[in-house]
Amino acid sequence: MSRLATTFAELEKTGRKALIPFITAGDPQPDFTVPMMHAMVEAGVNVIELGVPFSDPMADGPVIQRASERALAHKMSLRKTLAVATEFRKTNTTTPVVIMGYLNPIEAMGYEAFADAAQTADIDGVLTVDLPPEEAEECTALLKARGIDPIFLLAPNSTDERIEKMDALGSGYIYYVSLKGVTGAGHLNTADVEHKLQQIKAHTKLPVGIGFGVKDAETAKIVSALGDGVVVGSALISKIEANLDNPTQATNEIIELLTAMRSAMDS
Amino acid sequence: MTEKYNMPDARGHFGPYGGLFVAETLIPPIQELNAAYQQYMNDPEFIAELDADLQHYVGRPSPLYYAERWSRELGGAQIYLKREDLNHTGSHKINNTVGQALLAKRMGKTRIIAETGAGQHGVATATVAARLGLECVVYMGAVDVARQSLNVYRMKLLGATVVAVESGSKTLKDALNEALRDWVTNVDNTFYIIGTVAGPHPYPAMVRDFQAIIGREAKQQCLAQAGRLPDALVACVGGGSNAIGLFYPFIDDESVKLIGVEAAGDGVETGRHSAPLCAGKPGVLHGNRTYLMADEDGEIIETHSISAGLDYPGVGPEHAWLKDTGRAQYVNITDDEALEGFHALTRMEGIIPALESAHAMAYTMKLAPTMRKDEIIIVNLSGRGDKDMQTMARREGIEL
Repeated sequence: MSRLATTFAELEKTGRKALIPFITAGDPQPDFTVPMMHAMVEAGVNVIELGVPFSDPMADGPVIQRASERALAHKMSLRKTLAVATEFRKTNTTTPVVIMGYLNPIEAMGYEAFADAAQTADIDGVLTVDLPPEEAEECTALLKARGIDPIFLLAPNSTDERIEKMDALGSGYIYYVSLKGVTGAGHLNTADVEHKLQQIKAHTKLPVGIGFGVKDAETAKIVSALGDGVVVGSALISKIEANLDNPTQATNEIIELLTAMRSAMDS
Repeated sequence: MTEKYNMPDARGHFGPYGGLFVAETLIPPIQELNAAYQQYMNDPEFIAELDADLQHYVGRPSPLYYAERWSRELGGAQIYLKREDLNHTGSHKINNTVGQALLAKRMGKTRIIAETGAGQHGVATATVAARLGLECVVYMGAVDVARQSLNVYRMKLLGATVVAVESGSKTLKDALNEALRDWVTNVDNTFYIIGTVAGPHPYPAMVRDFQAIIGREAKQQCLAQAGRLPDALVACVGGGSNAIGLFYPFIDDESVKLIGVEAAGDGVETGRHSAPLCAGKPGVLHGNRTYLMADEDGEIIETHSISAGLDYPGVGPEHAWLKDTGRAQYVNITDDEALEGFHALTRMEGIIPALESAHAMAYTMKLAPTMRKDEIIIVNLSGRGDKDMQTMARREGIEL
């Protein structure tokens, strides 16, 4: 069983939901990320999504765009993101790590070389924002052959047919983008999410992590109850952005928020 | 070529290029667009409405003008100019925006968005939006807003909201990113009019089909005026819409050389250029696989050209395919050479070209003397130079 499958199975046994933070590797500087990952695990997160910075993050809002820009200013890259994951694995062999980013850095490395490197770094899942199932067969096959879960997005306007497509091609979990828009946008409508999750669950047995619009402990609790986990990104990165001259303070505020989310979700 | 050219395939692939590389939220609106495009491009009523608009609103057909004096001066091939600069709004861009706006209307969309570099596509979009009474938002890199202020003012006069994009390199690619973010947020009521033959399928094929009027007319006009097909076609290539519009109807005419001219900026060897076909490698950006300017980590690198309309790190996927198959050849022209082309056409023929088109003129100055006097070149004069007066004056130290 993959680390992701094990993680979701254990959570289900205890009736808990996955807390999945997203941070951009190398933001605000390269040596920040690995200690941050360990601290987040201490705070009770279950899966870590590690963002690969990209020059043209078309699906991201301003907060994550700026995180990418800060990381790129320190020459962070896909290769170095994998090195961050490798470093993390030295002392943590249980928490799944999912690489999330855009396709061009993977294209530049080459699909097979990337799949090999991801396996060497002991990556558990790969989520490529601009690689829908239509174009994903080759890359997905290479990842699956190495025991890495390809993770796909679903959106509020995804049809039954598309949900079935993700179910067939994806594994690990499905990332449900809870609103039309970019990361960090607006407020989600709980009734809409609930309705959509019923539709998704009718077509897949994969766990569903819900992201976009999760800002605080209260939304984390409400949203997590609708699926199998919540993804929180922009709300964490805002803390980094607000404390660029004080990384310790950024870490403290992120851990405080994640701890509050964990406790709200478990209560 | 024994088989007729028939690209892209049903999934929008030109060989390994093109395709559909977008986030999930955009898949449903793109499928909806593709269905509408397939339906209406075969609908006689839609085609008749489009043709009427192209004739009466755009002013087509545009002339094929024999540049007799310039041809004599260069001493080689006879040069004909396809006068897209004479279209309403001053460039070829309106051929496509008229078409996509009619599609938007048929699809019941009430809001139009667009990206723009030089501002020609933004103006052409704001123009058709005004005519149809649709809300219009144009995304433009902050750097381009500064260097093309005249076109910004035109768009505002036409009722469009112009958003200066401050992210990334603040040029055309960033405007495209921002337009995609808008579209993903407002998918229900919004139609995204992409201005070039890039983006996810069906845009590269659809924009080409709307621009192919250029080549269809040029072919007829050349046969009527010169009694035969041309020997070479020359067009500038940024995203590549004016070039594909001219080339496409000639792809099966093997005797006709197709030559695309990229912007070499300060020179391809300096790294400060916008010539992905000449000096880039394949990758994925803005919804399609094509030649890109990226570093070894796959991060997109900043481009440079004196012409904002060519200042883009990618290129339409069909050009990538035509390059790999050898059907078209791609060359490059520096900023300084483009300025020579700009002045030459202005002084020899009394026509002030856009800086984008000036790249095609500059290459024609190199090519024509190497050809026989009984040979023919058609050069696409894709836009007029009025918008570039400030850039030119600044370059020559003149205050307007």
